[in-house]
Amino acid sequence: MTTGTIETGRKAGLQRFLGQTLPYILLIITILPIIIGYAWILIATFSVRTEGLVPKDANGNIGGFTLQNWSFLNDPMIWRATLNSFTIAIGMVIGVGVVSTLMGYALSRMNFAGRKGLLGMIIVLQAFRAEMLLIAIFQVLVFIAGIPLIGKSFGFNTVGGVAFVMIALQLPLGVWLMKGFFDNISWDMERAALIDGASRFRVWWEIIIPLIKPGIAALAIFNFIQGWSNYLIAATFTIGTKVSTLPVFLNQFSGDTSLASWNSVAALGMFQLIPVMIFFIFTQEALLSIYGGGAKGGV
Amino acid sequence: MKVELENLSKRWGNVYGARGVDLDIKDGEFVVFLGPSGCGKTTTLLMVAGIYKPSEGLIHFDGQVVNTVAPKDRNIGMVFQSYALYPHMDVFHNISYPLKLQKAPKAEMEERTQRVADMMGIGHLMERKPAMLSGGQQQRVALGRALVKEPGLLLFDEPLSNLDARLRLSMRSEIKRLQLELGITSIYVTHDQVEAMTMADRIAVMKDGQLQAFATPEELYDRPRTMFIGGFVGNPPMNFAEVAVSRRNDSFHARREGLDVVVPSDRGEKASASDKGIMGIRPEDVTIADEGVSGEVFVVEPLGRDHLVTVDIAGIYVHVLADPALGLHIGDKVKVNFNTSKVQFFNPETEQSLLWA
Ligand SMILES: Nc1ncnc2c1ncn2[C@@H]1O[C@H](COP(=O)(O)OP(=O)(O)O)[C@@H](O)[C@H]1O
Ligand SMILES: [Mg+2]
Repeated sequence: MTTGTIETGRKAGLQRFLGQTLPYILLIITILPIIIGYAWILIATFSVRTEGLVPKDANGNIGGFTLQNWSFLNDPMIWRATLNSFTIAIGMVIGVGVVSTLMGYALSRMNFAGRKGLLGMIIVLQAFRAEMLLIAIFQVLVFIAGIPLIGKSFGFNTVGGVAFVMIALQLPLGVWLMKGFFDNISWDMERAALIDGASRFRVWWEIIIPLIKPGIAALAIFNFIQGWSNYLIAATFTIGTKVSTLPVFLNQFSGDTSLASWNSVAALGMFQLIPVMIFFIFTQEALLSIYGGGAKGGV
Repeated sequence: MKVELENLSKRWGNVYGARGVDLDIKDGEFVVFLGPSGCGKTTTLLMVAGIYKPSEGLIHFDGQVVNTVAPKDRNIGMVFQSYALYPHMDVFHNISYPLKLQKAPKAEMEERTQRVADMMGIGHLMERKPAMLSGGQQQRVALGRALVKEPGLLLFDEPLSNLDARLRLSMRSEIKRLQLELGITSIYVTHDQVEAMTMADRIAVMKDGQLQAFATPEELYDRPRTMFIGGFVGNPPMNFAEVAVSRRNDSFHARREGLDVVVPSDRGEKASASDKGIMGIRPEDVTIADEGVSGEVFVVEPLGRDHLVTVDIAGIYVHVLADPALGLHIGDKVKVNFNTSKVQFFNPETEQSLLWA
């Protein structure tokens, strides 16, 4: 009798360990290198130098807290670069978000001439990496720069131009993703709303869009991060610090400075992370509901 | 509301969803579209709703052509098989959505929504999201949403198919009762002939996009105009056997190998006009008796109150509803009696009835 309960007690304990504790242990072990990396950055940004994860002052003693590494914040150029990066990131969130939700809806719901061809092209376009297209895009941007009015904001060596290119490169994925979300919403729901008295636009806005909010949030954060941290496009199509973005600035910064100030580079990297984290916090609930099965992507 | 469909067709490329449907629905009538899956019931209903544009033909509401009128201006309510509730809105907002779109004053909206919800027995669930409701409750919300506008026409597309058998039965009577009380003209789509028989004032039987018949349940049951109707309406389905009907000594006989039955002269006379005919007779009109046609029990299926007995009569299988007390077993030799006053005859080529034109 007693042994029996002890046995089952042990079994239950083992089961709980396997089911609940073990996954956490495994997860922690796997992400440990990443955690250590971030821990180092955080410590390094506030110390003169580090040995492993231990902060040291100039004499090699433990300690040496300093704000010196953050002095780049006094440089007006960093704020300029931050604004540029932010503009591009938000531009991508809005640009890709609006075009993808509208186009994804049309592709999912309407049967128009050329729909099949368009769908095929969207898939093919995803196969082209931005690197392959740099020269062609350069020519396009130079051409746009020659157009009066628009050229000033969207041509070569403008923040608008960079945003424009990045939006365009991101659209195939965004449209495809959104189409998948719309495909998963039943037609009957739209029909019901039409019969209830809603206009087509209202059906889209009040019934459909709320249902794919998680998808829109995922797309938004993805695009924000892309826009905020992309280096290649910004570095290729801008010259001069006025239009450079934060990653470009970071690159110049680490190239210019001596080896000794790696801690400053770490601080700049940390600075670049902050908005991403804030954005993530605001969208995480919507994102989680995707993984929780709230909405599914697909073709 | 009076509804009239005139030569209504829907075509995608060369696929027909519905084909030349002609139908007159009286004010306050409960009409059921009955037919197997894929026969065009939903297509026809969605044309009436204004969701599909007819390829051909006219739809009249109270004498007015509404072909180009938007769904929202047709004064209709619709209930879908999938319920199609708005998952992000609670019960109150689901039901009141049509009123909100009509810009009804807030107080009136709340009052009407509550009244409809109470009528549907879901008045206490107003704050729940659809995901937190049972299938039956969701269907009630869908019904409430369709009714809240007090529409002139209610459309149902297989609204009970997703419910379990018990709930289906109770919702069936509830919908019928509600419709009678409110007197709203209704079109109800189903592939379930029992639902059709029990609920309908008149049944429109469809097959391959075409209207096969439009008649009362009794008429469809007693006087099927085609073999398809005879076989589709009624459960268990009608037995069919090819026979030759001829006159002998003042009486009409339907004969085939191993079978010779006398049929009433009014039916026999019409059937004998064709040299071959398909005889149809329902399982409840066939009995196991002391006298009659010889056969052998092929299989016995208990249905509860009755046993469905399949009898092999010279190579054709005839379903018989028999008293379980007879205690029949596979292989038993039996005699079968046909109640020929209910017998049907169809033309083997056209499958049209030889009795009812
Ligand atoms: N949007 C559509 N495009 C092409 N064919 C369709 C469409 N909707 C229905 N059909 C076809 O029309 C026929 C009737 O369909 P439907 O009205 O849904 O049948 P039911 O509701 O009686 O099961 C089917 O053959 C179906 O494949
Ligand atoms: Mg259907």
